[in-house]
This record gives sequence, C-alpha cells and structure tokens, in this order.
Amino acid sequence: MKYLDEFRNKAAAKRLASRISSEVGEGEVTLMEVCGTHTMAVHRYGIKGLLPPNIRLLSGPGCPVCVTSNRYIDKAIAYSKQSDVILTTFGDMVKVPGSRSSLAREMSRGADVRIVYSTTDALKIARDNTERKVIFLGVGFETTVPTVATSILEADRMGMKNYFVLSAHKLIPPAMKALLDGGELKIDGFICPGHVSTITGTQVYEFIPRNYRVPCVVAGFEPVDIMQAIYTLVQQITRGIAEVANQYRRAVRKEGNPKAREVIYEVFEPSDSDWRGIGVIPQSGLMIRQRYRKYDAEANIDVEIEPSAENPRCICGAILRGVKEPLECTLFGSLCTPEHPKGACMVSSEGTCAAYYNYGRQMPKKPEG
Amino acid sequence: MKGDEKILLSHGSGGKLTHDLIRKFFLQRFLNPILLELTDSALVDGAPKLAFTTDSYVVKPLFFPGGDIGKLAVAGTVNDLAVMGAEPKYISCGFIIEEGHDMEPLCRIVDSMRRTAEAAGVLIVTGDTKVVGKDEADQLFINTSGIGFVDEGVRLSVNRVRVGDRIILSGSVGDHGIAVLSQRGGFEFEVNVKSDCAPLNGLISKVLAASDKVKFMRDPTRGGLATALNEIVGGREFGILIEEEKIPVKEGVRAVCELLGLDPLYLANEGKVVVVVASEDADQVLEAMRQDRLGKDAEIIGTVVEEPKGMVCLKTVISGTRIVDMLVADQLPRIC
Repeated sequence: MKYLDEFRNKAAAKRLASRISSEVGEGEVTLMEVCGTHTMAVHRYGIKGLLPPNIRLLSGPGCPVCVTSNRYIDKAIAYSKQSDVILTTFGDMVKVPGSRSSLAREMSRGADVRIVYSTTDALKIARDNTERKVIFLGVGFETTVPTVATSILEADRMGMKNYFVLSAHKLIPPAMKALLDGGELKIDGFICPGHVSTITGTQVYEFIPRNYRVPCVVAGFEPVDIMQAIYTLVQQITRGIAEVANQYRRAVRKEGNPKAREVIYEVFEPSDSDWRGIGVIPQSGLMIRQRYRKYDAEANIDVEIEPSAENPRCICGAILRGVKEPLECTLFGSLCTPEHPKGACMVSSEGTCAAYYNYGRQMPKKPEG
Repeated sequence: MKGDEKILLSHGSGGKLTHDLIRKFFLQRFLNPILLELTDSALVDGAPKLAFTTDSYVVKPLFFPGGDIGKLAVAGTVNDLAVMGAEPKYISCGFIIEEGHDMEPLCRIVDSMRRTAEAAGVLIVTGDTKVVGKDEADQLFINTSGIGFVDEGVRLSVNRVRVGDRIILSGSVGDHGIAVLSQRGGFEFEVNVKSDCAPLNGLISKVLAASDKVKFMRDPTRGGLATALNEIVGGREFGILIEEEKIPVKEGVRAVCELLGLDPLYLANEGKVVVVVASEDADQVLEAMRQDRLGKDAEIIGTVVEEPKGMVCLKTVISGTRIVDMLVADQLPRIC
C-alpha cells in the first residue's frame, strides 16, 4: 500500500537499529511512548527486540479508554439502564469494567447500547428515534474531539432535542506535564502522539524541553517511523540537546490544524479532569460550554450512581503513569485477561496490558527460525 | 412456484404446500436418483472409512460479494470433509426459514447450492424444511452435513506433525471477513473485495496427489489463520513460526484493516487451506497448489519449530518477533 510500505521496510528498520545501537552508548535510556497506538505498534512489530537492552520503552497515559475514570463508566452504565435512552459508543468502551458491571453486561440484560463508527452514526440514530434520548460517549483526545464538537454544532443547526454527549474528553499535554511534575519517573525522552499532533501541532510540546530539558519527537505509527523517532531522541540525549522534533511531517504541521481547534473551542472549554491512575489534573479535560449545555448529558439527564470502587489489586493506575509494567501485576494473565478484564488497560485494543498479553506474553528472548 | 411468492407457515406444516415445495422446488433443483426416492433416509454407497461432518450457516447478510449463504453451506461442508483427506460424496441440507421470506431470494440461494454441489462433485441426497414464525429466526438458516470417502493410504493427523515441517497457505487471507463486513449496516464506504467462498476438494486432491508426506490440513474459517494455527499447536510439544511478509493479503483487505484497526490474521476465510507438509516435499506441494486456480497465490508461510511450545509466533515485516494468539472475542473497531 503506497505511503505505508516504505515505512514498513525491513532494510530501513535494520539500518536504524544499528545506528541507534552505536549512538546510545552504555547508559540506561528511558523513553515514553505517550500514545496507545504507539504502544500497540511497538508490540505488533516486535520493535523492542530490535533495540539495544539499555533502551527502555515505557507506555504512557495515551489510551483514551484506559484513562477514563471508573466513575464515568459507572455513569454510562447507569444511563444505559434508563429505558428511554439509547447509548451510542465506539466499540472499545463496551467491555471496560466499571465498579460493578460493564456496558457489555448491560447489553446482554437488554440495555440499548449501539456501537457506532462515528458521531455521524450517532446523530442518525438520534434523528431516527426522536422519542428517545440518544447519548454519545465522548471519550478521546484532541484527535477525536473535533468530530464530537461538529456533531453538537450539527445537532444545534438542525434543532435536535434528543442528542446528548457525555464528555470525558481529555488533553494530552497537561497529562505529560503531570507525569513530569509527579517526579516518580525519570523520563529521558517522549515519543509524542502523531494523531493528536495533527490537531495540536508540535508547538504544544515546547514547554517540555524548555522547562524540563526533556526532548520530544512527534512520530508516525509505522515501525520505521517509530525507529526514526527513537534514533532522533537518542541523538538528542547523547548530545545534550532538548528540543521538539517532528518525524511525522507527512501528517503533522507545526501549527497543527487551527480550524479543528476552532471547532473544539467553540463547543468545549478546558476543565479539570479525572484520569484513572493519575487523579485530577487541572485544565486537562474539556467540558461543554454554557451555550451548548443543552447537549450535555450530565446537565440534562438525571442519574444516580453509587460511589465508584476499583479492584484493589488492579495496578492500571501505576501502569498508566509508567511506574509499573504489566508483568508486575498479580492479576495479569491469570485473573485479568482480554476475555475477563479486571482493568481498563486489558480491555482496550490500545491498552498496555492488552499489548503485552496479545503480543508479548511469555515471549522467549530468541525464538528459533 | 413463482418468484413473487412468500414462504408461509404452512410450507412447513407437512401438508400439501410442503409437498409442493419439496417436489416442485427442491427436488427439481437438486435432482439425482438417490434424492428422487424421497424416502425417510437416503441409501448411499459406503467405503471402509468415512468422514462425517456437520455445520450450520447463519451468515448475515444472505448475499455478499462473491457468494451467498447457499454457496457457503455447500462449500463449507465440502471443505470440512476435504481437509480430512476425504473425497466429499453426499450432502444433506436442512432449511429453517422465517415465515414471510420471499421465494425469489430463496430460489437464488438454492440454485447457488446446486451449482456449488455440481462444481464440487457432491450429491445433495436428503433434506428437511421447517418454517418458523415471523421474528423466530432471522430470514434463513441452513444446516448441511456431509459424508466423504477416505482412501486407505490417507492418514492426516496433528500427531504426525514434526519440528521442521513447513506450513503452506493456499492464498490471501481475510477476503470473506471483509466482504461480509462491508455489506453490514454502518459502513458508508465501498470496498472492492469478494468473498473467497469456494469448494476446495479439487485443490486438496492435487495436494494429496503431490505428496504422501502431507501431515495435516485445516481450513482457516471463523477466527482466521491465527486461530487455525493456534488450534494446531495447542498443548503440543512444538510451536509454529510464520513470516508476516509471506502471508498474502489483498490490497482492499489491508486498506479496510488499516482503517478499522482489524488484523487480517483473525478474519474469516471460506476458500483457503493451511497445509502442514514435510519440508522435503514442501516445494512440490506448493507447485501443485499453484497449478490450481484456487491455489495460484499459495505461499510457504512458516515452519514448525521446537520452541516456544504450544505457541504461534510471527516474524514481523521489520524482522521483530511477536506471538499470535487465539481470537478472544469479535474484533471491535477502535476509537482512534
């Protein structure tokens, strides 16, 4: 496939691997890939196996499903139980366990939960079912928000009265700042999310090298993209440079997509937001502005939920902060599997635990052949 | 029986309408001397060793690019027999039809079954029809069972698989899965992918003629290639290593997979076979497969290895390695 195959080129990957090895030297280097799609690609293509052992890749908080708080899931489940509600959502969300149930379980008990591919589908369901309230689960980062904002503008234009969004949208740069401020980790470099950056541009990361002396590289999602990003980070680290580099030039511009951001901030305003595992991060979420409040599910549809509870042995939080790895979890692979997930990181196709489980579990160092 | 008619509950009641449906509709299409007897069971010739299989088909939609439920019902059962090294001979078919179903699509489906049976050289020798009330079944379900004759010399079993054996795949993966997916609601893009649905007994007889060192075969249907390979290694003292570059995936299938975040290794196939063969015979089996229209894109995709035991590993396009697990649940489209 054109534009993909050249970024899956074996020779290029090999060349980069040997350059990284000769550049990195002996010291330990810890890099964090912030985005869940990067985590998945790292495992899917076996990238860790091509890197020297002193480069450590940590997964960050960039899987939208994983960082969604238990309380949000509980609320979505409570809404799904209301008989006049149709809940619409992207597929990843249905299996995520809340405190006491999951949307998948509620579906089997008769809740009307529909998996959609876009907000356009959700709007169509609302138009076709005017006697019922249609709630869209707004989960995702800067990449997803413009389409949700557009759906609210569209609903407003058409004067729809039964379309609502339950917003748990989140912003990536504040989460990166929280990790750096938390001080639990020594991060030597960030692989910054490619999709998010198409909207935000590369400028939003500039505070990181400036204030924390940590280099950042915005990267694409093919194996050669990621190898190139790692090489650039290692180069900066060994030479004592810290700046924002853009490896994903074919998609990301410095200024990002101002039009998309305009749409976002027409409908949403920044607010504090609760991240699973990290807690409340100031100004890291997006809530619907007063002007569009009539499309805000929480402001318009009453629902009661019991206090949320996490499984005390689940370490998703520490994994999302990059402090622990899935294999350190006592539930991993035995009590928590993709069939019976206990924590969100095992559910989402982009979750760190799912990536370890599906692609890396019990992998011997060197399989023969 | 006219095309604009509908199936009524009384078509399944056992009375006059049932009689007509069988005589004027099914019998006319599946005509052969054994079925013509219309006895309570079909009397057929036998062989010292028989292969016997059954499968139910509930595919939605009933028609998809490259096939329909009828073609699938015959080809699927033929393939289950053929991969055991059997020569498929006789097929039964049971229809469960929802009241109100139109005759016209039913005609097309039954004609498609006849054509597929002819192509595979099997006879439909017995059958059954039931009609259930509106909403008690989704349009049409078909069950087929099949009997095949197994030659004395053919002994296919996972027990014969040894480290060093090669894995051959007859062609591209994921075509059926994407063809069916593209016809379901919610997709607003056009996909130019046809289902690979086809009877494989012709291709498989060429495989068996080319070598007596074929150890085992499997058709990677639901759960895809990944699941079929995992079923081979499950609990065994060997593993399988496959190479991503060698696995054929059509452009259209790859494009949809990229878009929706699906993995072609887990998508259903209905006209592909995986062959495990001793390494010394692998090239000649590959050559024989490529001579057949249904095997022209065949590739040697991997090897049976000693470690890791019981697991399927994949050498990725950039020479990394990862494991390939069983399919856990339906693949769900991702958020971003």
